[in-house]
Amino acid sequence: MNKTIEIHRDDEASKTGMWLFLFTEMLLFAGLFVVYTVYRFRNGTAFHLAAHELSVTVGTANTIILLISSATIAMSITAIQKNNKKLSLILLFITLTLGSLFLVNKYFEWGHHIKDHIYPGSSILALRGQGDVLFYGLYFFMTGLHALHIIVGMVFIGVIARLIIRNKIDSGNFVLLENSGLYWHLVDLIWIFLFPLFYLIT
Amino acid sequence: MEQEEKHIIPYRTLIIVLGILITLTLISVLVTQISLGTLTVAIALLIAAVKSSFVLRIFMHLKFENRFLTSMVIAVILIISAVIFITLLDYIYR
Repeated sequence: MNKTIEIHRDDEASKTGMWLFLFTEMLLFAGLFVVYTVYRFRNGTAFHLAAHELSVTVGTANTIILLISSATIAMSITAIQKNNKKLSLILLFITLTLGSLFLVNKYFEWGHHIKDHIYPGSSILALRGQGDVLFYGLYFFMTGLHALHIIVGMVFIGVIARLIIRNKIDSGNFVLLENSGLYWHLVDLIWIFLFPLFYLIT
Repeated sequence: MEQEEKHIIPYRTLIIVLGILITLTLISVLVTQISLGTLTVAIALLIAAVKSSFVLRIFMHLKFENRFLTSMVIAVILIISAVIFITLLDYIYR
């Protein structure tokens, strides 16, 4: 029998669907950015002073970590297209390691604030006034939601790596890897805006 | 349905883009350390916008996608910018 069975697959549609989902994610964060901008507009001085307490060094390090992880997952797609399964897996593993590193930094960063009694609902934070409460409320919520996206992205990439190991994803069928890459890049994209808004613009 | 072969981004391009992104990050950190007032906000956001265009076009492959997808992404970005812009106008001139 020389006839190969044609399995219908529409990569274009798969990617479009992923993008539609990413649009909803963009709108979710855009809403939060609007909230941030309006509150910043109303509490300029408090936001200015509160933002000074965030570590620019840790923020910059985390930005660079995420940028590198974005490049490695993009390279992983190139590797699978060139039929280099091993390199593709190594690059995904590096991406996952960098994602964990980001979370570890975030853990210490948050831990430092929480030790200083700065967290949503803290009575000591409340004494510092409405502006600080709003700034740190938004800081914890937005970076927390972002960190949640990092965790989801890492699970997604983990599943994809498993599929590559089991040869379900190869140089002829890698749209799932591309979609996990798109998700990871979106998480990076959101951080590109979170970083200047919370750490840099003081 | 005419072109079925996929576009492959060379490793070199990805590494160059990564280099540009890291450089832009460091520039934005340095620029914001110097106090330039309201200009700081504009510069930081402008650099963020440039960075995101690199991520969208190269890492997210949009430069090589069909026009349907790219125009959809542009439309969503325009809608988001319009919402932010109009909300701000409301708050500034209320």
